[in-house]
Amino acid sequence: MQTEIAPRPVADADAEIKLDARHVNFFYGDFQALEDASLAVQARRITALIGPSGCGKTTFLRIFNRMHDLTPSTRATGEVLLDGHNVLDPDTDVIQLRRQVGMLFQRPNPFPKSIYDNVAYGPHMLGWSKSRINDIVEQSLKDTGLWDEVQNRLRRSALNLSGGQQQRLCLARALAVEPQVILMDEPASALDPIATLRIEELMQDLKKRYTIVIVTHNMQQASRVSDFTAFMLMNQRRAGEVIEFGPTDDIFNRPKESRTEDYITGRFG
Amino acid sequence: MSRPLVRIFLDRLVAALIALCVMVAAIPVLVLLLFVVIKGLPGLLTPGFFTDPPHPQGVPGGGVLNAIIGTLEIVGMASLLAVPIGALIGVFLSEYGRNRLGDTVRFISDVLTGLPSIAFGIFGYTVVVLTTHHFSAISASVALAVLMLPVILRATESALMLVPQALREAGLALGAPSWRVTVEIVVPAALGGIVTGALLAIARAAGETAPLLFTAFGNEIVQSNPLQPMGALALTVFRNALSPYQNLQDQAWAAALLLVLLVASANILARLYVRRIQR
Ligand SMILES: Nc1ncnc2c1ncn2[C@@H]1O[C@H](COP(=O)(O)OP(=O)(O)OP(=O)(O)O)[C@@H](O)[C@H]1O
Ligand SMILES: [Mg+2]
Repeated sequence: MQTEIAPRPVADADAEIKLDARHVNFFYGDFQALEDASLAVQARRITALIGPSGCGKTTFLRIFNRMHDLTPSTRATGEVLLDGHNVLDPDTDVIQLRRQVGMLFQRPNPFPKSIYDNVAYGPHMLGWSKSRINDIVEQSLKDTGLWDEVQNRLRRSALNLSGGQQQRLCLARALAVEPQVILMDEPASALDPIATLRIEELMQDLKKRYTIVIVTHNMQQASRVSDFTAFMLMNQRRAGEVIEFGPTDDIFNRPKESRTEDYITGRFG
Repeated sequence: MSRPLVRIFLDRLVAALIALCVMVAAIPVLVLLLFVVIKGLPGLLTPGFFTDPPHPQGVPGGGVLNAIIGTLEIVGMASLLAVPIGALIGVFLSEYGRNRLGDTVRFISDVLTGLPSIAFGIFGYTVVVLTTHHFSAISASVALAVLMLPVILRATESALMLVPQALREAGLALGAPSWRVTVEIVVPAALGGIVTGALLAIARAAGETAPLLFTAFGNEIVQSNPLQPMGALALTVFRNALSPYQNLQDQAWAAALLLVLLVASANILARLYVRRIQR
């Protein structure tokens, strides 16, 4: 039996849906980690995934740019539409997909190369001209607020930067290939409050141009930064489900599901 | 005795035991080194040792130029063969080798590691000497290359496995094809380990005698043609040490010292290099 797809989160009928996950099931071998998960991500908005540990947030996020291909014996069914094209389709050009859907990881993971080479890596790979690469490196570093801090040491190793700077560098590296969507998996969980704030401010700037999906454990963060929130939970078989999805304000102040309310108010999870 | 005294006593005892163990391990090495230096240094400082070929018996002087050139050329050619191939196989094992084929390669490599080194000489003899009907430097290089291969590929594999998965994911998430991630990110990040493995393999090959006995064979005259029989320091040590003449025996000690110095400097070089790129 087909259940209804999660309703569009806004009344605005012509809101542009960038990523549309429909009835996604996901398996690690025999273990089902996601069951019938649906999520309509609106373009140039921030969508947060919240829920207790192990409920499948990371798993869900990594499906959007097919990072799950890297984990052996995994399987996804259902559809994830990026501008109407199903990224789970075996014919999908994964390389092209990942250029459109970038990713920021939980721990900063700069390449052991110079600051410049980190940001230039993607554009270099795309075969852009030297001057275009120089421009995009500068622009990406400016977009992430790093330019003033690093412009005098672009040729120095990225590993000498602080954790917060490294994470912003990783963001700059992702922006440099001009993606449309950026997936963030708890991007600030390894950072101090100030560095976290920097990232959150950046997200507000970036959402003018990019669609952002962020996984976070931190509910204040979700309510501060996101426009929409999806609440996930494990069912009896320990498979993750999307319990409720809607505008962040509704989820935090007027949840329809009692389980959402219990989680938000800290009664479990 | 009060408790603190017992503890202090035990502490001292353990420290003394550890010091003893270190000495047991270090003394043979130090004695050996000292012995080689004392016995070899006079020969090493003899005029002509580095610049002359061996003189005929009875003619005073003479050096080991033939063997120095031979060792450099034979080991150099062996490295040119073994380092690229070994590193490539190591990359394959780490990045694409989690399957039956990878396990087979690993098994063969482990078997090769366990073979006595004279077996590699037999390999070089059968595959190159018998087919070309000629002892030659190149046959020795082939034998040494096979001996070096497992060391290099295992070192490369473990160096690549130490590269965090997060780096690979970062590259792939940018839309880089996996081969580019391997070549441009993973291999550079593991370069220190790969170079160390290669230098250790080279050092080991330089000191081998058995694989050269019936491949390079030895040559008293200075020879640089890889298709001809060629001298090598290890062969000089082996042959001259067995000769009844004092001057040849002295030369054997000096050649052994030179070999130890070469191998030690390769090791030190490896370590310095790793320290430099890890900064
Ligand atoms: N590589 C894997 N192989 C097998 N099972 C996995 C793998 N990765 C995750 N899982 C399982 O899938 C489920 C969902 O994991 P996931 O990492 O997506 O949760 P999460 O919501 O991101 O949790 P957290 O908040 O702790 O990061 C968990 O039960 C986990 O044990
Ligand atoms: Mg997670």
